[in-house]
Amino acid sequence: MGVSIKNDTKLRVGLLGGEPWSTKMRDRIRDWLGVKGINCYGSSEMYGPMFTECSEQDGIHVWGDIAYAEVLDQETGERVAPGERGELVLTMLQKEALPMIRYRVGDITEINTEPCPCGRTHPRIRRIFGRVDDMLIIRGINVFPSQVEHTLMSIPEVGDHFEIVVDRKGALDTMLVRVELKKEAFTDNIIQLMELRERIAYRLRGALNIGAAVELVEPDTLQRFEGKAKRVVDRREI
Amino acid sequence: MYEKYRIKQLSIFSENRPGRLAALAKAMMEEDVNIYAFSIAEGAGYGVIRALVDHPEKAFKRLSSMGVTVRYTDVLAVEMEDRPGGLYGAVGALAEAGINIEYSYAYSGKRCAVLILRVEDPDAAAERLLEKGARLLEISQFT
Repeated sequence: MGVSIKNDTKLRVGLLGGEPWSTKMRDRIRDWLGVKGINCYGSSEMYGPMFTECSEQDGIHVWGDIAYAEVLDQETGERVAPGERGELVLTMLQKEALPMIRYRVGDITEINTEPCPCGRTHPRIRRIFGRVDDMLIIRGINVFPSQVEHTLMSIPEVGDHFEIVVDRKGALDTMLVRVELKKEAFTDNIIQLMELRERIAYRLRGALNIGAAVELVEPDTLQRFEGKAKRVVDRREI
Repeated sequence: MYEKYRIKQLSIFSENRPGRLAALAKAMMEEDVNIYAFSIAEGAGYGVIRALVDHPEKAFKRLSSMGVTVRYTDVLAVEMEDRPGGLYGAVGALAEAGINIEYSYAYSGKRCAVLILRVEDPDAAAERLLEKGARLLEISQFT
């Protein structure tokens, strides 16, 4: 409608949550909308989105008087040390009608017990890296779509949407990452487009430890989702 | 000074799937845009379509409104005689002028044959081609 959120509104801060998003995505939102994106976290079984980052934007405070957070090793179910990644388990301390004890939300994160520079001593969880059930095992290697997002968002020519297609050829899993080229990154020079594709593949290999094929697609052509995005198409038949 | 030789070619990013080209061609038809020359360069899963048309602005506007990724690229159009040796006459001048070609395609028009050239620096290339006696078409000759 011709309104620029950045220039025509006074919107400064957005409390954003609902699905994992990377710091690079936060930078893009800031540059594009002029909005400081504050990560928030919660689930409807708790009380909805109830934990948020502070102005430091360095981890989501889990209010210690309301909830007790633990991070568990996914395989052994044992608690992991602060800073180690695992499955988040929450115990709600003040909920009455629906008590929740060591509730497995299904999100992957790390816990940070260091006091925050903002002065609060509530423990923080780092970004949500993905869902327990998001994790793909490709050729024996664990891959989270959030790793792919983080890598892609650090490449300026790449748009905000992507799709991961996992398939199996013979005994070998294959991974294809389809990325939208940004309109302004399109060049008539086909060699530059090929170099971009190779650069994306190289960066993904470095981040994931497995090789992925990369396909450049037209801007605004990958499917958009309302609410949680479905980034993965798994065509493997087990 | 050489601006009049910078012909506005349309460059279009397109996924390689059936029906894509037909959709673009139909839009050009509806806009009453005539396509003089046309080529598709093949990438991996996508192509870059390059087209020379009589009304680039009209075509650009329509394609953009369809959500197509399109941009202008400046190319040079060298007149060639439409007879054996015509291409040699044109590229001979390029060799002498020491100009490297990024890509090129050609068409045989009603009046003459035309060699389309994409070079790194169109103005410098135009200058040197003219010095060598090449005939360059101007933008006004396309509309």
